[in-house]
Amino acid sequence: MTSEKNRTSDLNDTLLARTLLAVRGKKLFTHAALILFGLAMLYPLLWMISSALKPEEVIFREQGLIPTSFTLENFSNGWNAMRHSFGHYFLNSAIITAGAVVGNLFACSLAAYAFARLEFPLKRFWFALMLGSIMLPLHVVIVPQYILFSEIGWLNTFLPLIAPKFLATDAFFIFLMVQFIRTLPRDLDEAALIDGAGHWRVFSRIIIPLSMPALATTAIFTFIWTWNDFLSQLIFLTDPDMHTVPIALRHFLDSTGESSWGPMFAMSVLSLGPIFGFFLAGQKYLVRGIATSGLK
Amino acid sequence: MTHADVHPHQTAPPGARPAPVAPGPGADVVRADRARRRRRRKEALTAYLFLAPWFVGLVLITAGPLLGSLYLSFTDYSPLGGANWVGVDNYTRMFDDPRFTKALTNTAVYVFVSVPLQLAFALALALLLDRGVRGLSIYRSVYYLPSLLGSSVAIAILWRKVFGADGLFNEFLSVFGADGRSWVADPSTALGTLIVLNVWTFGSPMVIFLAGLRQIPPSYYEAASIDGAGKLRKFFSITLPLLTPIIFFNLVLQLINAFQSFTQAYVVSGGNGSPADSTLFYTMYVYIKGFTSFEMGYASAMAWFLVVIIAALTGINFIVSKYWVFYGDK
Repeated sequence: MTSEKNRTSDLNDTLLARTLLAVRGKKLFTHAALILFGLAMLYPLLWMISSALKPEEVIFREQGLIPTSFTLENFSNGWNAMRHSFGHYFLNSAIITAGAVVGNLFACSLAAYAFARLEFPLKRFWFALMLGSIMLPLHVVIVPQYILFSEIGWLNTFLPLIAPKFLATDAFFIFLMVQFIRTLPRDLDEAALIDGAGHWRVFSRIIIPLSMPALATTAIFTFIWTWNDFLSQLIFLTDPDMHTVPIALRHFLDSTGESSWGPMFAMSVLSLGPIFGFFLAGQKYLVRGIATSGLK
Repeated sequence: MTHADVHPHQTAPPGARPAPVAPGPGADVVRADRARRRRRRKEALTAYLFLAPWFVGLVLITAGPLLGSLYLSFTDYSPLGGANWVGVDNYTRMFDDPRFTKALTNTAVYVFVSVPLQLAFALALALLLDRGVRGLSIYRSVYYLPSLLGSSVAIAILWRKVFGADGLFNEFLSVFGADGRSWVADPSTALGTLIVLNVWTFGSPMVIFLAGLRQIPPSYYEAASIDGAGKLRKFFSITLPLLTPIIFFNLVLQLINAFQSFTQAYVVSGGNGSPADSTLFYTMYVYIKGFTSFEMGYASAMAWFLVVIIAALTGINFIVSKYWVFYGDK
């Protein structure tokens, strides 16, 4: 009786062990597939970084990732390859990006507070209009915008790229913040209102501090999109003094043709640096932001 | 504290008037009504103040230019020549313009090949990652990174080199003994390299799929297991139907995005759609007409036609969605 019991439990044990092994094997297989696929996806990026670190003569003769000879020459050559040093273009990009981030945080949070917390006539209509504007292609408004900005003398200044952000034209972020503010409990702001606080106070002292995750998402996405933006910078900034990193890179490609890939890769790597930095710092917010709103 | 300061949500609902206390009930009711109306007016005023920047932007940066470009699309406007009314000429001209037709076809091929592939990759990897794989956040980050970088000029430059004559892709092919060539310089493959680039950015729809998969209650799968359902059966009877709203959302979003692609094609093609207009995208042609040959009336007409295309596509999507998107009780 007991021996039979033992036998079945032995049998069960081996079965269990086998299943566990099978599961572990399957998991191992999944991991291997996931890692291989991830490496394949990142390979072009790693190749770019490694090429930027190789002496130019060997870039296309040595395809391996680890440079046999290592140099920073590409970086110094690329940095000074254009009329201005790349530092100049980085500064221009930084000014535009900082302005856009501040503008979006300011104007979108104001509008979001009104849509999320206040009652006013035609609210549904304006809200629908705001949502509709999210889908509007830039190309359909950029010609009249160009005419407008050239009439008021804003071409070749940073204003066409910054001022609209202070007017909440990136409606995605209004929507994102409305969604977020709606999840905040109303008790706090109602208590403050009963205590005699005005809406500005409620907004600046209660809603804004509680909305940090939404604000961070907005800041990170605005940063990355503005840093990556090409079309509007190409249109509004034709003077080489005003060029930004993407425009400079593209002119670099044009002016050197196929001849100086080393420096071009070096500058490309540098241009991706800030995005990569923000990506690492803000991953949590990025993922949450994209999962809840479908931003790029 | 005055009564008028009380937030509307604290007061009684509109139908329930406060009970009269003093001998003159009529006067009290009137006074309370007036206070409520004043409060509402004040809140509306506050709301419009908070919305003021957005209103100004809406008029000056969005709606005004939108109407402006509609008007321009019926003129032959150029910055030097001014505007003459030409009626629908710009619109009829589009369909006699071989470059326009080419740009439209290229864009359509790009959109309808790359978006389904992109979503298939996104869904497949989301399913793999959803099964409690350890290190999920690392995989997710790795797969998501290209979505953030994908629209940058740096990546477009990289692509031009990866698919160039002495690039990485040929190196990879040579392992299998296949012949190399410059994929970006060949009109029959240049568009393909851009499709690969868009598929490469499947990370953002993948993250949305992952969030959607998490919404499916595990009890459904447990119940199905008890009923003896296999993996495939579970996938087709539970996962896929419950995920259709997310698939639909991703589809609409990625279609709209893909139709507006510009930077990658512009950089990879050197700004003119070369080789042989094989990478001339719709938005690139709008840019070329509007800002290099300054035929802004014609460019406006094309831009409006793009709006019509996107609206129609989204509309069709919504209509067709009734037949395949499943909205459960959850």
